[in-house]
Amino acid sequence: MANQTSATFRVWRGDDKGGKLVDYSTPVEEGMVVLDAIHQIQAEQANDLAVRWNCKAGKCGSCSAEINGSPKLMCMARLSELPLDKPVTVEPMRAFPPVRDLVTDVSWNFRVKEEIKPFKPRKPDAPDGTWRMDQRDVDRVQEFRKCIECFLCQDVCHVLRDHKKHEQFIGPRFLVYAAALEMHPLDVEDRVADLKREHGIGYCNITKCCTKVCPESITITDNAIIPLKERVVDEFYDPLGKLVKIFSRRKKDV
Amino acid sequence: MAQHEIIDHDVLVIGAGGAGLRAAIAAAAEGVKVGLVCKSLLGKAHTVMAEGGMAASLANVDDRDNWRVHFADTMRGGQYVNNWRMAELHAKEAPDRVRELEAWGALFDRTSDGRILQRNFGGHRYPRLAHVGDRTGLEMIRTLQDHGVHQGIDVHMECTVVTLFKDGERVSGAFAYDRERGRFKVFRAKAIVLATGGIGRAYSITSNSWEYTGDGHSLAYHAGAVLQDMEFVQFHPTGMVWPPSVKGILVTEGVRGEGGVLTNRDGRRFMFDDIPENYRSQTADNEEEGWRYTQGDKNARRPPELLTRDHVARCIMREVKAGRGSPHGGVYLDISWIKARLPNAAEHIRKKLPSMYHQFKQLADIDITTTPMEVGPTTHYVMGGIRVDGGSQMSSVPGLFAAGECAAGLHGANRLGGNSLSDLLVFGKRAGEHAAKFARDRGSVTVDSGAVDQAVHFALAPFEGASGQNGSGDGPYQIQYKLQGIMQAGVGIVRRETEMENALEQVKALERDAANVTVPGNREYNPGWHTALDLRNLLTISEAIARAAIERKESRGGHFRDDYPNKDPQYGTFNITLKKAADGSMQLERVPIPPMPPELTAIIEEMK
Repeated sequence: MANQTSATFRVWRGDDKGGKLVDYSTPVEEGMVVLDAIHQIQAEQANDLAVRWNCKAGKCGSCSAEINGSPKLMCMARLSELPLDKPVTVEPMRAFPPVRDLVTDVSWNFRVKEEIKPFKPRKPDAPDGTWRMDQRDVDRVQEFRKCIECFLCQDVCHVLRDHKKHEQFIGPRFLVYAAALEMHPLDVEDRVADLKREHGIGYCNITKCCTKVCPESITITDNAIIPLKERVVDEFYDPLGKLVKIFSRRKKDV
Repeated sequence: MAQHEIIDHDVLVIGAGGAGLRAAIAAAAEGVKVGLVCKSLLGKAHTVMAEGGMAASLANVDDRDNWRVHFADTMRGGQYVNNWRMAELHAKEAPDRVRELEAWGALFDRTSDGRILQRNFGGHRYPRLAHVGDRTGLEMIRTLQDHGVHQGIDVHMECTVVTLFKDGERVSGAFAYDRERGRFKVFRAKAIVLATGGIGRAYSITSNSWEYTGDGHSLAYHAGAVLQDMEFVQFHPTGMVWPPSVKGILVTEGVRGEGGVLTNRDGRRFMFDDIPENYRSQTADNEEEGWRYTQGDKNARRPPELLTRDHVARCIMREVKAGRGSPHGGVYLDISWIKARLPNAAEHIRKKLPSMYHQFKQLADIDITTTPMEVGPTTHYVMGGIRVDGGSQMSSVPGLFAAGECAAGLHGANRLGGNSLSDLLVFGKRAGEHAAKFARDRGSVTVDSGAVDQAVHFALAPFEGASGQNGSGDGPYQIQYKLQGIMQAGVGIVRRETEMENALEQVKALERDAANVTVPGNREYNPGWHTALDLRNLLTISEAIARAAIERKESRGGHFRDDYPNKDPQYGTFNITLKKAADGSMQLERVPIPPMPPELTAIIEEMK
C-alpha cells in the first residue's frame, strides 16, 4: 500500500434490467476507505454513478455493498485491508432488487418492520409517570438497539438471498428488532405467536452468517434469535423448535 | 412538459431527522393528514450521528438542577443574542420530551436507582445530558421512527424538495423529485414544516453528512421568509484530523465529559491558560478539581476542557498556529490517561464511548484506551436559520414553519452541546402542533401551474446544453468542492473583512457557473444531477453566511473576527437578518432584540 499510487475498482453498473462490471482506476492514499474511492470515481469519471451514503462514519448504515464478495459498509472498508494488486470488486447487495449501480431497493425492510407489533409499556412505576430500570436489564436490549439498519444481515441470510422467502421470513434484522421489544424491561406486548406464524422464525437454521457480517458486532444469533426461538418452543412445544433448543444448548456446552 | 404526480396533505413536513419526525408525530396526533418527506431513507438522517446526549434538567444526577439553570446556561452560551422565549420554552419542556421518548421505547443509560442517567457537557452547570453511551442520536431517531410509522403518516423516502409554492402570501406546496426514478411530485399542503437540518456541506472540513446542503434555509429564503444569525456557525473543537479521508468526522464532547483532556505537543493542558471572565467562577483552576468534577463530585467545578465549543475551538487553533500542535495539524485528546485514576479504565472507556473506540480503531488504527487521539475543529452546526415566532415556530411566511437546526433563535451565537437533540424534540413538537392548527383553521390552497412549469424547467436545466458550457467546464462536484474551499478559507473559524469580501465575490461568480452546469446520464438515481440541484441551496446560504459575517464587526460565540477580536456590547442588542428583495438581491437588516421580561432577567442576574 505504501508505494501504491492508484488502484482499480471493478464496479457493478446497471439497473433492474441488468448490468455489468466496469473498471475504474483512481488514485489512492493512506487511510482511504472504499467509499472514498467510489466518491472520487463519481466526481471525476462517472458523475452519475449511483451510490447511497450519508454519514461516512459507520453510523447511518446507508452504504452497504459487497466488496470482493463480502457484505460490508463501504465507509468502514479500508483499502489497506484489501489486496490492491488486483481490482477491488464493488457490487450492490444481492438480496434486494437493484435500482441502479450500487443502490438497491430496500423498501421491503420498511414494510416488514411495520408489521411487527409496536412497543407497549407497562404502567409507570412512579407517580410522576416515570419508570425504574436496572442498567443490567437495559444492557441486554441496548446491544440490539445499536443496530444501524444497514441490512447486511438480511443480505447475507440464505433464507432471503438464495431462497427468496421474503414473504414468509422477516430476516435477522427484524428478529433482532423483535428481540429488542420482547426483552425490553417495560414492554408488555406478546409477539411470540406472530414470530412463529407470521414472521417465520423457524426458517432460521442458525448458520450465524448474519452475526459475522454485523458492523455493530451484535451477537444476532446467540443473543437475539435463539432466545426468541426458545420462547416460541416454550409456548408451542414445536418439535422442530425443540431440536433447535437442544442444538443451542449443545452449542453453549462446547 | 414533464409529468408530475399531485399529492395532497394538510401538513407537509420536509426533513425526517429528529425535528421532522417529532413534528410529523405531533401533527398526526392533531388528527390532520400528514406527509413526511425524507431526503434519504427513513432513519438515516443526520440526527443519527448525534453522540453525546440531550440536555434536560431532569435533576436525576444533581438535584440542584432545574429549568432556570438550564435557561441561564443556554443564554450565557449563546452570548445573549438568543431568542429568550425559545430558550425559556426549551428549558421548561425538555424534561417532558425526554420522558416521552422513554414512554415510546427509548432505553437511556441508568442511574444506580434506575432512573435516566445524565452526563456532563460543555457549558452545562450540572450533569444534564440523558444519553445512551455515545450513540444517543441513533436511539432518538430510531425511537421516533418506530413510533412514527404507526401514526398514519405518509412517508416519502428518498425524495428531495426543490422549491416551495405560494398561494398569495401563504405557502401552498412544494415541488420535489424522487431519487429512485427522478419522477416529479407536487405536494399541495395547507401548512409546511421545514426540518431540513444544517449547512455543513458548504465547508470542506465538516462533521455533517451529504444531505446538509442548507435546503430548508434556502427554500424558505426564496419563498420570502427571513433568515437570521447566519454568521453564527459552530466549529466543533474535536473532529478527526487523520487520516485525510476521515478529516472532520466528529469526536464527541462526551470524551471530555468522561474525563478526557486536551494537550499540546509538549504535553501541556493548554485549556487552563485561557478561561474567559464570564466562566471563571464556574471553572476549575487545577487538574485535580477538574477530574473530581467529571467523576460526579458536586463540590468541584468543571475542567476548562468543558468550556463552550467556540472557545475550545479557538484555543486549539491558537496552539496549532503557535506551532504546538500534533503532527497532523491538531492537538491531542487523551482519555487513556484515566487509567492512572480508575481500575478497569480500558473497559470503562469502551463502555462509555463505544462508537469512539470503534471509530478510531477502524478508521485510524488507534486504540483510544491506550493512545491519545489527534483532533481539530470541524464545521458542525449552524446557529442561524429561519427566523420564527418563539412559540409557534412559524416563519414570516404564513403557513411555513421551521424546527430544529434550520430554525434560528434558541442557540444565539453559540449552541451548547446536548441542546440540539432537546431542541429537535421541543420545537419539533411545537411546530407540528401549530402547523396542524394552522391547517385546520385555514381553507384549502392552490398551486399555480405556471409555478410548477418553472420548477420543472429549473430541475431539468442540468440535462440541457452541452457539457462544459459554464465557462469553467466544471461539473457539479467540482463546483461544490470550489465552494467548500472558498468558505473554509474565507468565512471559517477566524474571519477578516477583506477575506470575507473576497469570498463573497467568488461565491457570486460561482453562482453563474452553477446556473449553467450540466450533468451526464438520466433522471434515475443520478447523484450528479442531485448535486447540481443542491448547488443553489449551498450558494444561497454561503452568501447569507458571508454577508452576515461581514456585517457583524465584533467577535461573539461562533463568529470570531481577527480584525475585531473583542465583543462589542452594541452588537449584543440586535440580530442580523437577511431577506430576498424584490430585485432578487439579498437584503440585510439589523433587527433589535425585544426586551426580556423581568422574571427572565432576574434569573440571568441570579445565575451570573
